[in-house]
Amino acid sequence: MTRVHDLAHARAGDKGNTSNIVVVAYDDRGWQRLERDLTVERVAAAFSVLGAGPVKRYGLPQLRALNFVIENALSGGVASSLSIDPHGKSLSALMLTIEMPENGETET
Amino acid sequence: MTAALRIGAGAGFADDRIEPALAMAEAGAVDYLVFECLAERTVAREVLARRADPDAGFNPHLRDRMEAVLPACVRHGIRIVSNMGGANPTAAAKATVETARMLGLGNLRCAAVTGDDVTDLVRVHPDLTVMETGAPIETILPQMVSANAYLGADAVLLGLRTGAEVVLTGRVADPSLFLAPAMHAFGWAPVDTGLLAQGTVMGHLLECAAQLTGGCFADPLRPEKYVPDMADIGNPIAEIGRDGALTLTKLPGTGGRLDRRTATEQLLYEVHDPAAYITPDCVLDLTGVDLLESGPDRVRVTGARARQAPDKLKVLVAHAQGYIGEGQVGYAGIGAVERARLAAEVVKERLRRRGFVYDEMRVDLIGCDSLHGGGSGPAAPYEVRLRIAGRTASRKAAQAVGFEVRAMHVNGPTGGGGGSVPIVRDVMAISSVLIPRALVRPQVTVMGGTP
Repeated sequence: MTRVHDLAHARAGDKGNTSNIVVVAYDDRGWQRLERDLTVERVAAAFSVLGAGPVKRYGLPQLRALNFVIENALSGGVASSLSIDPHGKSLSALMLTIEMPENGETET
Repeated sequence: MTAALRIGAGAGFADDRIEPALAMAEAGAVDYLVFECLAERTVAREVLARRADPDAGFNPHLRDRMEAVLPACVRHGIRIVSNMGGANPTAAAKATVETARMLGLGNLRCAAVTGDDVTDLVRVHPDLTVMETGAPIETILPQMVSANAYLGADAVLLGLRTGAEVVLTGRVADPSLFLAPAMHAFGWAPVDTGLLAQGTVMGHLLECAAQLTGGCFADPLRPEKYVPDMADIGNPIAEIGRDGALTLTKLPGTGGRLDRRTATEQLLYEVHDPAAYITPDCVLDLTGVDLLESGPDRVRVTGARARQAPDKLKVLVAHAQGYIGEGQVGYAGIGAVERARLAAEVVKERLRRRGFVYDEMRVDLIGCDSLHGGGSGPAAPYEVRLRIAGRTASRKAAQAVGFEVRAMHVNGPTGGGGGSVPIVRDVMAISSVLIPRALVRPQVTVMGGTP
């Protein structure tokens, strides 16, 4: 089983009720897999447990980086959230747990 | 060509550590030391503090920070720029002048930049649209505590042009605090978008201080993410040239690391569309940015582009939204989760019978589901910590949450231990509106500096 953690590192930031999570591949092979398989749908599925979405994805290939912008991920926003992690700092770690399809496998 | 300007980061958030700033002032050989200390909610907190005491309302660590760094800054001619002024830049400037005098540093010149407070302006424009909801601001005006526009580098420049050694502001866009010294030193104009782009990306990368140099980065399972001497992470330094050439480095002899990996994480931190990062100074386009390792702990930043500044400024409107009450208690051993769940039911039932109502209530089992939702953690860990939090318009109802959770010590399921001291805090919700730039008038007041 390959998870995003095997291929990349990540950091989460907050603005209002939106979390953005940058995912950076360690190498070119990892980047190719992330670029192909770490889709908006896959990320949205992982974050749906928090009631989060919709999700947008931006890419910066020269830095092997993807930026995911996940709306409604912060329980109403940093100010009024009842969450123990209102900034969603720990959400980068949730991103890294996402399971990736093995090489050559088609998108599910 | 003149030498590059050296700008050091002194703080990356309101409660940041002070030692790295002191080390930077003493050994960083920087021209400017910039402290970024205002999160979205901070100004509203400071407004409440100022209501209680007209001489308060600025960053509570300001005096400690100034006491630590001013001697070295005065000795080396380092100018300080910071948004530690919070909701009361003038009082912050006064406190800084006093601190300098107390330290025997003479009559320091300190500029207070104001004009970000647009509370009165927002109050007379109830038709302004809340960006988050699309609704008019009118409905939240009765609860409004503060409204502050994000000022840009032009406002900070007003302070720098007074010749003040220290420039203190309220709400200013974080990157603008760093861009302004470069504009001031090199005479960059607002139309020089290529230069503003490099100065803005510099500010964006430095504004969280240690987050660029190995903070928020280490992962013991990945050797690629090893951070040397994390106990002493050094703050970053930017070297920026008149032509916008930008190299990042960090204070020599400190822990931490600065390379393509740490810089990439920070480049996109709190960015949404990388082609349109909107600041009061320009609309930054990061899509062409490259980060090139040019030596140990040295990264060259190329390719930032920008479009002209927007004609509207973003305003954060803080409004009181009641209280959050919270309590925690721990369970361990056989049936820890079952006992925690039973405790939660008992607490909720007691609050209901006491007649309290909550807009929202949340039950977390820390160790199972508190951070990433149901099913993310183990179903039956050996130990678990119950946390209950409720949001309500009534302070009394908020206080009751932690009170009833702590009662689980003697009046709940067996073996509940480590009940927390009940927590109650004000909820300060934040909404955003846009207002025309022309309506916002930055101003500067100089304190001290006269014989």
